[in-house]
Amino acid sequence: MPALSGRLGRAAEALAIPLGALAVALAVFGLFMAVLQHNPLEVYALIYQGAFASPFAWQNTLTRAAPLVLTALCVALPAQAGLMVIGGEGALVLGGLAAAVVGHLLIGAAPLTVKVAMAGAGMLMGALWIALAGALRHYRGVNETISSLLLTYVAIALFNHVVEGPLRDPASLNKPSTKPIGAAGMLGSLPGLDVHWGLAFGAIFSLAAWVLVRRTTWGFGLRVMGGNVRAARLAGLPVGRLLLAACALGGAAAGLAGMVEVAAVHGSANASLAAGYGYAGILVAFIARQNPLAVVPVAVLLGGISASGGMLQRRLDLPDATVLVLQGVAFMLILASETLYGRLSVFRGADAP
Amino acid sequence: MSDAMERLDRRALDRRALLKGLGMVGAAAALSPLAPRTATAADKLVVGVIYVGPRDDYGYNQAQAQAAAAMKKLPGVTVVEQEKVPETTDVQKTMGSMIEQDGATLLFPTSFGYFDPHILKLAEKYPKVRFAHCGGLWTEGKHPKNVGSYFGYIDECQYLNGVVAGHASKTKKLGFIAAKPIPQVLRNINAFTLGARSVDPKITTQLIITGDWSLPVKEAEAANSLIDQGADVLTCHVDSPKVVVETAERRKIFVCGYHANQAALAPTGYLTGAEWSWTTPYTTHVKDAMAGKPMVNFLRGGLKDGFVKLSSYGKAVSEPARKQADAVKAEMVKGEYVIFKGPLKDNAGKTVIDAGVRQKQTDVVLEQMGYLVEGVVGKV
Repeated sequence: MPALSGRLGRAAEALAIPLGALAVALAVFGLFMAVLQHNPLEVYALIYQGAFASPFAWQNTLTRAAPLVLTALCVALPAQAGLMVIGGEGALVLGGLAAAVVGHLLIGAAPLTVKVAMAGAGMLMGALWIALAGALRHYRGVNETISSLLLTYVAIALFNHVVEGPLRDPASLNKPSTKPIGAAGMLGSLPGLDVHWGLAFGAIFSLAAWVLVRRTTWGFGLRVMGGNVRAARLAGLPVGRLLLAACALGGAAAGLAGMVEVAAVHGSANASLAAGYGYAGILVAFIARQNPLAVVPVAVLLGGISASGGMLQRRLDLPDATVLVLQGVAFMLILASETLYGRLSVFRGADAP
Repeated sequence: MSDAMERLDRRALDRRALLKGLGMVGAAAALSPLAPRTATAADKLVVGVIYVGPRDDYGYNQAQAQAAAAMKKLPGVTVVEQEKVPETTDVQKTMGSMIEQDGATLLFPTSFGYFDPHILKLAEKYPKVRFAHCGGLWTEGKHPKNVGSYFGYIDECQYLNGVVAGHASKTKKLGFIAAKPIPQVLRNINAFTLGARSVDPKITTQLIITGDWSLPVKEAEAANSLIDQGADVLTCHVDSPKVVVETAERRKIFVCGYHANQAALAPTGYLTGAEWSWTTPYTTHVKDAMAGKPMVNFLRGGLKDGFVKLSSYGKAVSEPARKQADAVKAEMVKGEYVIFKGPLKDNAGKTVIDAGVRQKQTDVVLEQMGYLVEGVVGKV
């Protein structure tokens, strides 16, 4: 078999290695199921049936994937500048809160105005929150991984205080929520689908992020900084501004995810916003190797695993943790397979050493 | 093949099991086409039950799972279950999957937060499916007819918990660990305190609110801190009382359970507990669905109706405690006992129920409670 070369070789490698790892993961999971005396082929059939076999299954998968695309970008964008931000959950809940407040204040305005204002408020709030972690890093030298994580706890505590205190709708008795945003603020489903608009927002955001990072001078500067901050400084790049902007863009993505949760799902801000999407996004970004475009298929994969988890629970009476085993095995193997890049001769063309 | 495909109990990992499993792969590969088991059967009622946490949490979810297990024994009923489903689009898709993929026509989405907007949205989309929700306030004219809410007056059992705790306490200080200051929870705290103070009006209940339904670490900290402050009987209203009960047992004090029976976790210190008995409302809904009768939209009941029950008394419960608790319980079973009656003051000294006013269990004012009664140390 002739070796592939150049760009084609690299593309084939980037596709074949994770898919190969996924196949191995399914085999390992099958073995695990066999030990528990479940027929692996039946398990595979159920996974496929639950996640991809019918239009309903696809919509189930895509609905679960939608918020993960945006929260993964909250990790992947700062990562371009060499930062490890894991505080997307905090930006999501506060973005959702800002959107809910604006949505309620604008009851009576034109539907498009309300939606745009809500999205703007959510993104701004998220951007400021993650930029705070960036600023602590840039001006005070505080490790952004730790600070963004701790800021998430602050954000959730603040969120709970406001939702259960000053901004609580007195009518929400047993589930404290902010006042509802009203029908004009609600985002419906994508035309012809039972999947909300968050999926489209995620796809657009991720495409825009990819173009920005890979196809513009600004993005090039960002990646230079991610590669070597000192070199970037020497080259005269505005390191501080780049760092804050990368954080703000990532935070805006997570804030938008919060706005979508409020506008497409809950209709107000309440504790259900902190559902762990921010944390799942970290996983997605790492599996996507921080590539803003690759977060979309990875999020769909994770959504599919989660959709099929329900099927396994219902048909085989397996506990919820079963699907976490599959997820864990798959993602460990995909991460481990990263060591294979550049080592398989079939993908090594003329440009390889 | 059907034999091999039958679900077997989870077994320990051993070589034989592995070989057997691998053998099944071969057998199944030889016998195509693949036909994964479906939950649907033409003449059976498929019931879907959804839990917000794990089914074996010794608490809220376990109480529901016990009723689901009882439904499995009814002829003509198939039950499909899914656990740890968050109150997001996740639950909408889970309900949808049960309807579309499993053929379920009666759903028990059990978490309070599933109701609005999730159940209401799905109920509109699937008007032929029945949605029985735990804890919501179904309102005539506002909510659809294929949705119903069921709940129990568990404050009756919390009152009895209080009576037993009041007898057991030597320090006259009780501890209550609560998730959120919402009406359902406040009603339990107040009933527990009133029960204890019916034994000795000097008793106080120290309250700690953790802020969320499932925060095991905070619950353990709260339990330890209450014990350090001198409380010698604890109880709680969180999703899983496991940590509180275990901490109390370790620190050698008494504890009253909640949601389900936790006696196994505290063989010496477990006095009694307020338990749900969801089999009663589940059976009503399942029977109505099978008979094609219209759904009961608002289903409530207490000890009298078998919606709640009291755990059997532990060894440490004294004879006078049993006597007093049993006497009150007998009145409750007759439907004659009123827990919230005037004159009643809150813990700031303000009168919340005027003299002569008796708020019976069915009074919806009680479902909007916003105060803590005299004797509770804490703030809403």
